[in-house]
Amino acid sequence: MSRAGVIIVGGGQAGVQTALSLRELGYNRPVTIFNDDGHPPYQRPPLSKAFMTGKLGLEGLYFRNPDFFERSGIFLEADRVEAIDRVAKKVILRSGGSRDYAALVLATGSRNRTLNLPGAELDGVVSLRSLDDAVALRERLATARDIVIIGGGFIGLEFAAVASKAGAQVHVVEAAPRIMGRAVSPDISAYFTRRHIARGTTFSFGDTVLRINGKSGRVVSVETAREATLTADLVLIGVGIVPNVELAHEAGLATDNGIVVDEHLETSDPSISAVGDCAVYPNVFAGSMMRVESVQNAVDHGRTVAARLVGNRYAYASVPWFWSDQGEDKLQIAGISTNGDTRLVQGDPASGRFSVFLFRNNGLACVESVNRVADHMAARNLLKTNRLGRITPDMAQSRNFDLKTFAARETVSA
Amino acid sequence: MPTVKYIQSDGTEQVVNASAGISVMQAAITNGVPGILAECGGAASCATCHVYVDEAWLGKCGPPGDDENEMLECTASERRPNSRLSCQIELSDELDGLIVRTPETQS
Repeated sequence: MSRAGVIIVGGGQAGVQTALSLRELGYNRPVTIFNDDGHPPYQRPPLSKAFMTGKLGLEGLYFRNPDFFERSGIFLEADRVEAIDRVAKKVILRSGGSRDYAALVLATGSRNRTLNLPGAELDGVVSLRSLDDAVALRERLATARDIVIIGGGFIGLEFAAVASKAGAQVHVVEAAPRIMGRAVSPDISAYFTRRHIARGTTFSFGDTVLRINGKSGRVVSVETAREATLTADLVLIGVGIVPNVELAHEAGLATDNGIVVDEHLETSDPSISAVGDCAVYPNVFAGSMMRVESVQNAVDHGRTVAARLVGNRYAYASVPWFWSDQGEDKLQIAGISTNGDTRLVQGDPASGRFSVFLFRNNGLACVESVNRVADHMAARNLLKTNRLGRITPDMAQSRNFDLKTFAARETVSA
Repeated sequence: MPTVKYIQSDGTEQVVNASAGISVMQAAITNGVPGILAECGGAASCATCHVYVDEAWLGKCGPPGDDENEMLECTASERRPNSRLSCQIELSDELDGLIVRTPETQS
């Protein structure tokens, strides 16, 4: 009988990072990734950006060449894990077999939230999550003229920037009063709205889609609650995600808008961890339980769990950061932006280079930067060393305050 | 098909055959060259694919762009005159034989 090792469910960023880190850290038992996506493990962020524009090919999406996994003793299995037998410590596979584990890592990720709309099944109504989705959408984009995007979140807006540049007329329908409202400050929403409008994209705010109309099975228009009928030959639905918790839930593990784990990313079963999009955990920067949808979160979760599995146990406390490229604009966020109580804009948004400082309890907690890379990197360094909170609104408003200079000076005096 | 030689800070060398059109970072990552993390996947957003370009190749690689230049101010290992983000160097036949050194740490 072969030795039981680590079984990872899911071949996305978090699952792959867990496997790679295990090998880097010298773990010498079997590592198996169950990934039923139909492709070698690939990166998702470029799907709505460089891959959609054609700048990045398939080859550039893969985390590693498939033969690298083989050489590293990381087994990729296309089977699907259907259930967990926690008593016997084994996973039950769709193919009928089962596999023993010493440790199980759930990196099940998330799926797109769907809208129960009349007409959602029409040809030309799509969503974007997987590589197959992206390939199909890229093909449709080549001939699309009128695109309606339901949801003004990151995916929808990144695609809007690509699509308008490709010559399509793009309209975004957003239920909230502003775009990216759950993730960024109003200043950032306002700036990006202006930029998208300048590229020819139009918006409906505070509006929802009632139905999608078709002709001969193909989409022709979208009807919203407030606006007149919007012509559409392509509709992209991007209204957020739902974490894949079913496997954990059916195994009796706690779930609450995610698979519940502690600061070590352990579920209530010490043999089972959860990482990435699907994990809800105590986030020290938010000061609450949180589920984070980002590459950084996925990567650092994978590293943390891998370290624990080789005997180096530490609480997850990595600095949260995020980026979104929309057209020529680079948005970067350091920290958690949703819990500020005061905010200040540094620099002039009209110049296309500025940052928004978000304070909590009189200390800087998060920095959102637009085309101000130096601010972003300085903020990350200051968060990492617990110094960002020393910056008060008064200090930030003083003449010539500069985050990079502050970070450099603090480093010298520390 | 250009080849790239990656030299680790401990002197270990690895030569990779790569396709023209992909980045020096991508060639390293897909082939599992250690010393380059590339957390953002090539969007010039993380500064974890920092390399030192061999002096003989500096001219052919060209100078960093504006964003890259700012990111290079924030690398985990010291910035030198030959520092580049490897995700911003696109491989071509002209760069066949390129030599880059990876820094001691990326994060």
